[in-house]
Amino acid sequence: MDERQLRELIAQVKAGRMSRRRFIHTMVGLGLTAPLAAQMLAYSGVAQAQAASAYKPTRRGGGGALKMLWWQGATLLNPHFAVGTKDQEGCRIFYEPLAAWDADGNLVPVLAAEIPSLENGGLARDGMSVTWRLKKGVQWHDGAPFTADDALFNWEFAADPATAATTSGSYKEIKVDKIDSHSVRVRFGKPTPYWADPFVGTVGMMVPKHLFDAYRGAKSREAPANLKPVGTGPYKFTDFKPGDMVRGTLNPNYHLPNRPHFDSVEMKGGGDAVSAARAVIQTGEFDYAWNMQVEDEILKRLEAGGKGRAVITQGANIEHIPLNATDPWTEVDGERASVKSRHPLFSDPAVREAMNLLVDRGAVQEHIYGRTGVATANFLNNPSRFRSPNTKWEFSVDKANQVLEAAGWKRGPDGIRAKDGRKLKLVYQTSINAPRQKNQAIVKQACQKAGIDVELKSVTAGVYFSSDVANPDTYTKFFCDMQMYTTTMPQPDPERFMNQFVSWEAASKANKWQGRNISRWRSEEYDKTYRAAESELDPVKRAALFIRMNDLVIAGRHIIPVVYRPRVSAVAAKLNAPLSGWDNDLWNLRDWYKDA
Amino acid sequence: MGKYLLRRLLLVIPSVLGISVVLFTVLALAPGDPFEELATNPNVPAEVRASLRAQFGLDDPVATRYLRWVGSMVQGDWGFSFASRVDVDTLILQRIPVTLLIIGSSQVLALLIALPVGVYAATRPYSLFDQIANTLAFIGFSLPTFFTGILFILLFSITLGWLPFVYRADISATGWLWYWEHFKQALMPVTVLGLFQGASWTRYVRSAVLDVIRLDYVTTARAKGLSERVVVVKHVVRNALIPVVTLVALTMPAVFGGAIVTEQIFRVPGIGSLLISAILANDTPVIMAVTFVFSCLVILFNLLADILYGWLDPRITYR
Amino acid sequence: MAGSIPVSLTGRVGVPPTGVSPTDARRVSPGAEAWRRFKRHRLALAGAVILGVIALAVLLGPLAWPVPINEIDFSAKLQGPSWKHPLGTDDLGQDLLARMLYGGRISLAVGLAAMFIAVVAGTLVGAIAGMSRGRVDAALMWLTDLFLSLPQLPLLLLMIYLFRDALKSVVGIETGTFILIVAVIGGFRWMQVARLVRGQFLWLREKEFVEAARALGASPARQVFRHILPNALGPVIVAGTIDVAAAIIAESTLSFLGLGFPPDVPTWGRILYDAKDHLDIAAHWALIPGAAIFLTVLSINYLGDGLRDALDPRRVI
Repeated sequence: MDERQLRELIAQVKAGRMSRRRFIHTMVGLGLTAPLAAQMLAYSGVAQAQAASAYKPTRRGGGGALKMLWWQGATLLNPHFAVGTKDQEGCRIFYEPLAAWDADGNLVPVLAAEIPSLENGGLARDGMSVTWRLKKGVQWHDGAPFTADDALFNWEFAADPATAATTSGSYKEIKVDKIDSHSVRVRFGKPTPYWADPFVGTVGMMVPKHLFDAYRGAKSREAPANLKPVGTGPYKFTDFKPGDMVRGTLNPNYHLPNRPHFDSVEMKGGGDAVSAARAVIQTGEFDYAWNMQVEDEILKRLEAGGKGRAVITQGANIEHIPLNATDPWTEVDGERASVKSRHPLFSDPAVREAMNLLVDRGAVQEHIYGRTGVATANFLNNPSRFRSPNTKWEFSVDKANQVLEAAGWKRGPDGIRAKDGRKLKLVYQTSINAPRQKNQAIVKQACQKAGIDVELKSVTAGVYFSSDVANPDTYTKFFCDMQMYTTTMPQPDPERFMNQFVSWEAASKANKWQGRNISRWRSEEYDKTYRAAESELDPVKRAALFIRMNDLVIAGRHIIPVVYRPRVSAVAAKLNAPLSGWDNDLWNLRDWYKDA
Repeated sequence: MGKYLLRRLLLVIPSVLGISVVLFTVLALAPGDPFEELATNPNVPAEVRASLRAQFGLDDPVATRYLRWVGSMVQGDWGFSFASRVDVDTLILQRIPVTLLIIGSSQVLALLIALPVGVYAATRPYSLFDQIANTLAFIGFSLPTFFTGILFILLFSITLGWLPFVYRADISATGWLWYWEHFKQALMPVTVLGLFQGASWTRYVRSAVLDVIRLDYVTTARAKGLSERVVVVKHVVRNALIPVVTLVALTMPAVFGGAIVTEQIFRVPGIGSLLISAILANDTPVIMAVTFVFSCLVILFNLLADILYGWLDPRITYR
Repeated sequence: MAGSIPVSLTGRVGVPPTGVSPTDARRVSPGAEAWRRFKRHRLALAGAVILGVIALAVLLGPLAWPVPINEIDFSAKLQGPSWKHPLGTDDLGQDLLARMLYGGRISLAVGLAAMFIAVVAGTLVGAIAGMSRGRVDAALMWLTDLFLSLPQLPLLLLMIYLFRDALKSVVGIETGTFILIVAVIGGFRWMQVARLVRGQFLWLREKEFVEAARALGASPARQVFRHILPNALGPVIVAGTIDVAAAIIAESTLSFLGLGFPPDVPTWGRILYDAKDHLDIAAHWALIPGAAIFLTVLSINYLGDGLRDALDPRRVI
């Protein structure tokens, strides 16, 4: 789909012939994100209707206790130090950003009075600045008023390198000016199509200036408010035990009427995903459980009891298998898997083609992930209804055998194919995780039938996903032939997601393997397209460029997407919890309620 | 005995220091990075990670870090957790009450099972009671705690619905209801752990009593006309207790950081789960503090056991 | 003491002593005597038979039952025992009997080897410490305390990380992993045995029969091997059997952490671990490895009981 076709679709939405929701789903099917699709519509002048809230209760409080289960407990409560979603979710109970992303990719104002757009003058035409108007009458939990000074402070706090904030990536290249007591302007260094990053969503939670001002820079870790958060959120802080439990109580001065519904909220951590599912769906001890990385069969069995259900939310995570473009078994200048080397087996496109045919995505979806993993051929996600003609997946052992045979890989006496004295022996690694191990077993069996010998390796997650320079088993080092993991899209825009295929990000010893291009696949055309997308302000043109990049990645055949993984949560039968795949689970905690 | 005790006490400090050096070196050399989650987050630039490492002194040589650690321990500063940005002693103190309650009770339960059953089985070897007790004991320690834990959960929480299986340290009830709620949620973890421990201890007690029960002085005691109960309790058990004392001393420190699997399954916020999450997050100050306390407990309890040997059987001397 | 009349059972009189008849004039060596007593211990024989059957099954079984262990067949998922799959299937449709037989070799080898290391090392250290006292005792106990304090997990990670590649290049991946696992598991269980043995030695050393042997001029080595050690074996045997079960389970914990055998190797502990989430619908999947571990432990224990009873004639038969 190119730019012209995209504009046609947008014209249809504008004319009312296609619903907004249908358009967004189509875009997601092509591999884009819902927020980007929404942006495309907004830019083209399709007004965003304010989504009707499904919130029913007519008074504040009275809902009792809300009990939630996170199988990794939050370890700290400052959003600027949050490591991973568990900490962000813990913070989200108490802190709020200016705006958040809903399930359809629309921006919803929280602490902002309205969403900046071209019409209301919030967005500058040249893409160099955004003006946010803040909501009036919002109070911190200790009674102090929320003003533009707080927004300014959050920017300074996060951007300061001495603070070592994990949110600094979104704040260090911008400048924020205070216009008046309830307006700020964010200025970018260059035209920025993705302006909704600072102050929005997971990185945008606001901490109060009056409690953190004395603790800037290196002293920030000593601030008492790190352990006793004071925010603007629907619940006030009660208790916190790191790694175990966070508790909050209803905020009587919350800035929206009739909210929140629950009198207290508790977030308990620890344990494993299966027992968390049981606690919500089977015994009803808890009302909500996060991130059910559980086999779908088990979930279905539990749901049969009727006390709860598994809720699937569209997101953008993709489980994939990169095939190493470099040689991990030979050292070049003292470095394994160096970009100066080429993989002896995978440099043959027939081998890569065969590997692509040997991953039985259908079986993986049906027997392992079920609803929680949808077979895909795209790197940017792809629900099966919308397969684009140039990328589709296929599983065929016979075809793989034919491809290999035709390319000259003949079976030896031990059944393993070889060519020019090189045998098709591969090492396939991933993290410890029951569904992944099953996935590995399925791939290994198919490869065996095609004459490829695969050795399985599994590494404990804490080591696999670490950035430890000395450890050879990390996924960035990629000292094996193929591996498998899920790339999460931590923010709703594909740009930072797709930057993991540009050649200057190739992981190597020089950058301590912190480069994001782990497969070390390089393509000049991809680099050019990426650079173009970085500065393209028209979202429609930009979307077309991203679709092109996705197709390039898939055609290169060094990346084999397996399943696209939506978010799965366990929700009690009577609980109404609006979830979003583009923001934290608790992005809209204020709107949660239980049916009577 | 006095001289022995004095000598052992004097040796405590250097042995504790020696162990701490080895512990610290092992932890420093072990692979893994406290900031690994940041590595997968593209929003966090590499400079931030590097500056975090420098801030926590992770790039200094091992010897420097060790001396810094010893220095601060001596001053009462147990360090600062990388993962939760909280003082380590706060973290540990938060979890001690629950740990003592659950793990401590399970050890007591194990002892309460093992002593009577083991002694009785040994006084009637190969009888029906003995066979049943042995078989149950074998089943008990052949099945890992993750298995029995899940079995109990399936039975008592899911099928029968009697007991909650997620442990909540703060229950908002008052009076009798509070005690009752705590009892209900503690019952399963304590039983799982207690039965597992008790199974192996029963075997040891039985074996120890069998060692003693045929000795001549026991026959003498019977010949003197003492009742069987007195013979067993006053003469047999006291001498059979030596291996039992050894065992109890060996497992007491496990209260502080041992029952990892059970704590995981039932979500008991004890020190074991603190240790395992610190290990998985490579939160070295927490690991160091917990293992250091653990090693002190090991030394302490083994010393106590040595002293008890002398009290149980006065013929034992330490020349 | 060898040769003395066995004491009667608890409180019962009138039971004739067994084993010694006044007309038995042949000389019987202590070894043959021990063997004879062993043979009469019915449970020990039963234990030996069970263990033998298990060992034969895992060694020769795959020849008699040539079903591949990793053949994935989704249509046969989670089925109970049937003619085609005598022990049922797991959630990928793989045949459990074949997997149990294949994995049994590894589990048994790991269990027995680790137990052997723990028992031998522990007895050695405990015996030396118990006999020597003074500085040697203090030094050995310090070493024991050190090992007891070491946090197992970080140490495991460290050792695997340091030695895996070296071992892999010398002896190949499977043997290398095996050596590493056995060393690690055995290396973490010898301390208990050492302390127990030392406790026994401290107690037995002061007993009259040892004193008598000393008075007769027995060297310390003879005292240990002839008199003290056979009587000290009680807790050692119990520890040995517990160690086998613990070693088999520990191996599964190690593989759960990625430090043991690759995840597709079906050791008994691993099968048990994989099966735990499906207990309510496929109980056979978990009960079978559990039963296998239980039987192994049972048989080794009865063997050990027989061994101990055979060595010391005061024992009950």
